[in-house]
Order: sequence, then C-alpha cells, then structure tokens
Amino acid sequence: MNGEKITKVVLFVSSLLILFLAAGMVYTLLNGAIPAFNKFGWNFIFSSEWNPTEGKEEYGALSFIVGTLLTSILALLLCIPMSFSASLFLGEYYKNTKIANILGSMVDLLAGIPSIVYGLWGFYVIKPLIVDLGFNEQGFGIFTSALILSIMIIPYATSLSSEIIKMVPNELKEAAYSLGATQGEVIFNVIIPTARSGIVASYILAFGRALGETMAVTMLIGNANIIPKGLFDTGNTMASVIANQFGEAEGLKLSSLIAIGLLLFLITGIVNSIGKLIINKLS
Amino acid sequence: MKKLIVLFIAIAFLSACNDFSQSGKEENKKVTITAAGATFPMPFYNMVFKNYTKSTGILLTYGGIGSGGGIRSLKDKIVDFGATDAFLSDEKIKSMPAEIVHIPTCLGAVVIAYNLPDVKGIKLTNDLLEGIFMGKITKWNDEKIKANNPDINFPDKDITVVHRSDGSGTTYIFSDFMSKVSDVWKTEVGKGKSLKWPCGIGAKGNPGVAGTIKQTPGTIGYIGSEYAFAQKIPVALLQNIAGNYIEPNVESISAAAKTDIPDDTRVMLTNSADPEAYPISGFTWIILYKDQDYDGRSKNQAMETVKFLDWLISKDAQDVTKKVHYSPLPETTVEKAKQILRTVNYGGEKLL
Repeated sequence: MNGEKITKVVLFVSSLLILFLAAGMVYTLLNGAIPAFNKFGWNFIFSSEWNPTEGKEEYGALSFIVGTLLTSILALLLCIPMSFSASLFLGEYYKNTKIANILGSMVDLLAGIPSIVYGLWGFYVIKPLIVDLGFNEQGFGIFTSALILSIMIIPYATSLSSEIIKMVPNELKEAAYSLGATQGEVIFNVIIPTARSGIVASYILAFGRALGETMAVTMLIGNANIIPKGLFDTGNTMASVIANQFGEAEGLKLSSLIAIGLLLFLITGIVNSIGKLIINKLS
Repeated sequence: MKKLIVLFIAIAFLSACNDFSQSGKEENKKVTITAAGATFPMPFYNMVFKNYTKSTGILLTYGGIGSGGGIRSLKDKIVDFGATDAFLSDEKIKSMPAEIVHIPTCLGAVVIAYNLPDVKGIKLTNDLLEGIFMGKITKWNDEKIKANNPDINFPDKDITVVHRSDGSGTTYIFSDFMSKVSDVWKTEVGKGKSLKWPCGIGAKGNPGVAGTIKQTPGTIGYIGSEYAFAQKIPVALLQNIAGNYIEPNVESISAAAKTDIPDDTRVMLTNSADPEAYPISGFTWIILYKDQDYDGRSKNQAMETVKFLDWLISKDAQDVTKKVHYSPLPETTVEKAKQILRTVNYGGEKLL
C-alpha cells in the first residue's frame, strides 16, 4: 500500500467514526426516552407539569423548552447589537491597528473562559446588581441568566464575524470608494452584503452555544420548574434540569430526563438546519 | 539534547513502574472500603473516615452523591455500603438483589435557615411554615409572622423560598415532617426526595442551598444543620408537639430519638412527641447486604467493612458527632444497631 492509500483509509475511518458516534448517541437517547414517550405521548412536549412525587409522577417538558428558548433568544437579541458593532470596529474601522489587535485578543480570551467562571461572576456580581436595580427581589430569573448568556456568546459572534468582515476583498471596497462612496455606504452596501452569510452563521453558532449552556444558567435561573410569567420570573432550562436531577433519577423520571436530552438534541439540530438554509439563501 | 530527554523519560517511566509494583504489594495486605450516598451526614462521615484511616491504615472513600445514588450504587454492587437519609420501604428492599440491613449512624436535623439582615431568632409555628413554603405568605412583614414574633421588626421584603433542585434525603425528611403537620401539604405536595414545589427557587445540594440563602437577603430554606452552622446562617426556632419553641442543637436533636425505635431501626423521627425535641430530626443510615459473600468479595474485605461499621457506632466515633453538629445515637439504638450488625454474615459464617 502506498502512502496516499493509507491516508485515504485513515481519513475515511475517522469520518466514519464520527458518523457512528452520532448514530450511537441518537440511539441511546431514543432508547432511553421510549418509556417516557410511551407513557405521556405528545403530552410530554405540551405539558408543563413536572411532579416527581412518588405515586403522583407526571412529567412534561414544556416549561423547560420555554425556558431554554426564552433565555437563548433573549441572549441572542442582547448579543447582536454589541457583537455587530464590535466586529465592525475590529474588522473594518480599526482593522490591523494596535488597539484592534489588543481588543481582538481580549475577545478571544473571553471566549475561552469556562462557563462556571461566568456563573460565579453572575452569582456574585450580576445577581446583586439586578436586586439593587429593583428588577426583582432575589435577582434570580430568566433575565439574569439571559444577560450572562449574552455576555458569554458575544465573544463568539464577535470573533467570527470580525474575521469574516476582514475577508471581504479589498478590490470591492476600493471600487466602491473610487465611485465616491462614503465609509458608511461601503459598509452597508458592500461589506455587509458580501459577508452576510458568514455573519449569520456566527450568530447561529452563538445561539447554539446559548441553547446548550448549563452551569452558568443553573446558577442564575432559579431552577423553578414552571413556565416563567415574565422576564424577571424564575424558570428552568432543559440542560439545567438534566444536570440538576439525573443523579437521583430512576425509572420514569430518568427516562423523562433522557427524553428532554433528545428534545434538546432535536432543537439544536433544527436551529442548525434553519441556519444552513438562511446561509444558502443569502450567499 | 534529544538523548537527554529520552533518558529522562525512561528514568521517569522506570521509577513509575517501581512505585506501582510496590503499592501493588501493599494493597494485597490492606483493604480499601468504598462507600457512597447522602450528602446530609457527609461532614460527619468525612471526619470519622479520616480518623479511622489514621488509626488503622485502612483506606476509606466516601462519595457524596445523594441518598438515591447511594442506594443505586449498592444495588449495582459497586460500593461496600451505601448511605441514605430515607430508609428503604419494604417494596424498595424487595427490589434489591439480596437482603439488606439498615445501620443508623447518627442523628441529624434539618434546619429552617433564613437571611434577613439584623433579624435573629425568628419563631415559626407549623401554620406559618405551611404558609411560607406553600407560597401563601409572601411578605416578611405579614401580619401572621409579626403576631408570632412581636419583638422583631420585620422589613417589607418578599419571602423567597429556596429548595433543593436535585433529589435529596434532606428534602425527604423535611417533606415527611410537613406532611405530618399540614394536611394541605400532604394532599397538594406530599413527601418524597424531590417534589413539585408550589413556589420558590431551586439550588443544587445542601451547599448550594446554603450558599444561595447566605448570598440573598429575604430568602428562607431548609438545609442539613451542619451546613447552616458552618456558614453561620441564622435558623428559625420551631414549635414541637408540646408547643415549645425549640432551637436545633445537640440536646434537642437527641431528644427526638427518645421514643420507641423498631428493631430494624427503620423509623422517621420527625415531629417527635418529646417536649424537648427539635421536630425535624432524623436518623441517617448506612445500608449493606446481610450476606457479604457476593460478587467474589474476599472474607477479609467483608470482615473489615463490618469491623469499621461496628466502630462507627461505638463511643469513639459517636463522640465526633457533636463536633460537626450532629447528635450521637442514644444507647438503646446503639444496642439495636449492634444486634443488626451481628446478623451480617459471610456465606453463613459469623463476622463479629
């Protein structure tokens, strides 16, 4: 066998391995989730009842689905203006200057901080701030966790979209300038349309991270298994309820937690496909 | 340079091998006992396990993974014994692969801890507890709370209930007590290791609830007593059956066990009739298989496990309980526990 063939085989086997891993994971989740879906059917998704008391057991995932989507969407909304301006600053206005380089590495540094550190910071700094501002009495809730989530995903979105903005060919920009366009016009008529699909992709990646985030959210959301009544009410997310309750869970409860894991897997998949669709349409 | 590095790695590798073979030899002589379960008695276990290792050289490890986890670990036969705050029901015992026994190890209390700046010694009746934990009393300056504590000046603050977000033996003891004193609680919430909470926020583990209460003014919650005392969080005085307001301490927790204890010690001590008793007290148990000859365990391993448990209920170990705010077992219970331990055997052979 020559070198090329060996390389081919190695690459093929590793790719196949990924496929097997993904398939195995889906299989385990499906297998574990069957008892819960058998018992509750569609109600599992549309009911917000979560009662683990023996004899009265009933599980529904709606409140966690709502909590997850609410915190993540809110985090994305808070993240977009910040990271969009920062990426324009880094990728266009101050491109390749000293200050942009320093800021750029700071952003990368922020992206690498473990989520538990954000959680700690949120617990000791953001939560008391929310109380002091009078939003709610104890500081826990949807808004607090969305705030910390948005701070966590801003570096992701910023770092990626500034790279993509940097990659817009100079010829295009120079052509626009030579036609007499102002910097603002260049940004909105040349750079953004060219980099659009990449920018959207970076936000989808950031949103995906917000969906699955566990530790920081658990520490700040209040872990109340209810559908939140407002932005400052407490709630719970899918990832957080699994992390909290799997240790003692058995039987139907364990199956329900695995089913929530499956739903989270599906939601992440759907978000990714929607993202791919948007990117294809835009480019 | 390269050669040097290779040489260095080779030496490191060889010496590592050497270490390994030595420790391997020692393990032949010494036994390692593994246990896992409840977090509620963990401060006590950590301390006595360390003492025992110091005096005998037998290595003991304890994983605080929760009562349910402890039961499951024993069921899967991956530990020498499990620990739980809620005794196993007859049904649960039957679902275990072999007959098990319960050995009580100490008495603990679940305290009602709160965070109100400058307010100490709140007295709560069972009605007030019901109102607060059912989410019906929502303000600290509620007339009912004020009427019961005329000397305290309560702030106009929302009450935030903090409960466990994970399953827990502490929750079981607390909800067992609440079900005994409140019909509303019994029908709407019930008892269990995890519940459908009518109000409040959740935090993970005893340390999590303690931390949240300590950090957040206006909160109230239930935690294992040691976690409140260690962090100096104020606790409420509760009214027992006799109508006395009782502070949780070594004496009042012990008093809860001054009642008839069944021979297998499986009893909840909450809401004790003793006039001096703190009402939310309870045993915490270690569970193990009655026949220790399973899964190819050596007789030596079984012997050391039982010997350790016998020491754990001896005066030597029981004296440690007070240092970490638990209460020692009463004499009569120690006798019963010793009897139970003497029924543990190795394929029919006596171990003690």
